[in-house]
Amino acid sequence: MDKGKRGLWFATSLIVFLAVWETVCRLLAIPSFILPPPSSVLQALWELREALFGVHLWATLQEVLIGLSISIVFGSLLAYAMNRSRIVERIVYPYIVISQTIPIIALSPVFILWFGYDISGKIAVTVLFTFFPIVVNTYDGLRGTDREMIRLLQTMGATPWQIFTKLQLPSSLPTFFSGLKVAATYSVSGATIGEWLGASEGLGYFGRRASGNFQAPALFASILLLSLLGMLLFWFAGYIGQRYMPHAPVSKKIKK
Amino acid sequence: MNEKLAFSQVDFAYGERNILSSFDLVVNKGDFVSVIGPSGIGKSTLFQLAAGLLQPRAGEMRIDGVSTKERLGKIGYMPQSDALMPWRTVVENAALPLEIQGCPKKEAQRRVRDELPRYGLSEWADAYPHELSGGMKQRVSFLRALLFGSDIMLLDEPFSALDGITRLELQEWLLQMWRETGSTMILITHDMDEAILLANRVILLAGAPITAPVEREVPIPYPRSTSSRNLPAFLNLREEIWGLLRQASGSRVQEGVAHG
Repeated sequence: MDKGKRGLWFATSLIVFLAVWETVCRLLAIPSFILPPPSSVLQALWELREALFGVHLWATLQEVLIGLSISIVFGSLLAYAMNRSRIVERIVYPYIVISQTIPIIALSPVFILWFGYDISGKIAVTVLFTFFPIVVNTYDGLRGTDREMIRLLQTMGATPWQIFTKLQLPSSLPTFFSGLKVAATYSVSGATIGEWLGASEGLGYFGRRASGNFQAPALFASILLLSLLGMLLFWFAGYIGQRYMPHAPVSKKIKK
Repeated sequence: MNEKLAFSQVDFAYGERNILSSFDLVVNKGDFVSVIGPSGIGKSTLFQLAAGLLQPRAGEMRIDGVSTKERLGKIGYMPQSDALMPWRTVVENAALPLEIQGCPKKEAQRRVRDELPRYGLSEWADAYPHELSGGMKQRVSFLRALLFGSDIMLLDEPFSALDGITRLELQEWLLQMWRETGSTMILITHDMDEAILLANRVILLAGAPITAPVEREVPIPYPRSTSSRNLPAFLNLREEIWGLLRQASGSRVQEGVAHG
């Protein structure tokens, strides 16, 4: 199936879904504070546009972007150090495996406790959510470099640094970008949870307050924006990946 | 002195498993030598020793008559898989050894572009490896090994993954490249026909550990082509090598039974 056809199917099913939702809400007279019809969600989005876009979206976006950047920089550095030194790898790797099994949500209050209720607390929680997918994927990519290729470069007289820049770094990019895609969606969850735990602005804070006041349309409007933010970041990570890997035969296959 | 690469009294083992024991082999300048033997006997080990990826436990390795431990960066190596980088185009892949030697990227790529027509690759200069056929990938891999600038090349079963027709084409093409460059070639192969057709000398490896390799001159003058396979001299040699190989693998089986 080509891309256009796929898009058409998606658009059609989405319209049908929204129409059914709207109809059911009206026919069964479901109270708006339980399930608002899409039309009132859009209406809320429009009426609250100044607060939503001017204050809360902006606040969340800041937390997400700063948190994600910190994770990218330090996550990649840690992956590099693990690849470079066996000792670092031996020490760090078990913790990374363990970190995959503990519920990071449970750790979030600790980070708020340490980093406070201002923006740094939310950034810390975002980093908590996004750090490990980046480390794990980047490290796997670096470690998974073709042995025969490394040997070939050695026979050419390449230095370890040349082997790293010309071979290991580019061959780890595909897994780095799949880690980045995961981290991009996690980052929105991280910021949201950070805001739930204590904040005065941001879409997570806004949604929680709306929920407390039974303002379901406003709550749904904030969820919609958070979802769109996640999708946008996911798409953007994928887009950069495509730009840097023009050969990417894998993604071409998926499209077909 | 005409000697290009020499193994002299070389011992090598992986842990307890002896691969080479007092092994001697001399390859002369401009030779085309085929190395053939049962699988798992240590043909690739021989190459890794020659290229400097491994060091012998005892004995010495000489390049141009000089005993040296630092062989990395002196011998061109064409690995079994094409080992092309999927994120680099044909030109960028072939330019890799020049870049490693410190040649600026632009200059390196210009030199590669000058070479491409000889390899029938001009139209594919900016293609990525996944767009190429198996035969084209091997030619890029060969060009890369050649641009490395060494006058000795190790070819590790370069055609084993190709279909029969492409293999025949590339064998003739390789003979032509050898004539044009005058390089010393050492080829590992599983294919007796390939071993005889290309080389002026066939080396048979047998035994565990390998001690004295069996050598046979190929009494067929160059230039050769695919049809050289039908010459009586070719067929006789093929028969003889086949006998030796069967003997070698037979003794290995018996050893296995005795040990088991």
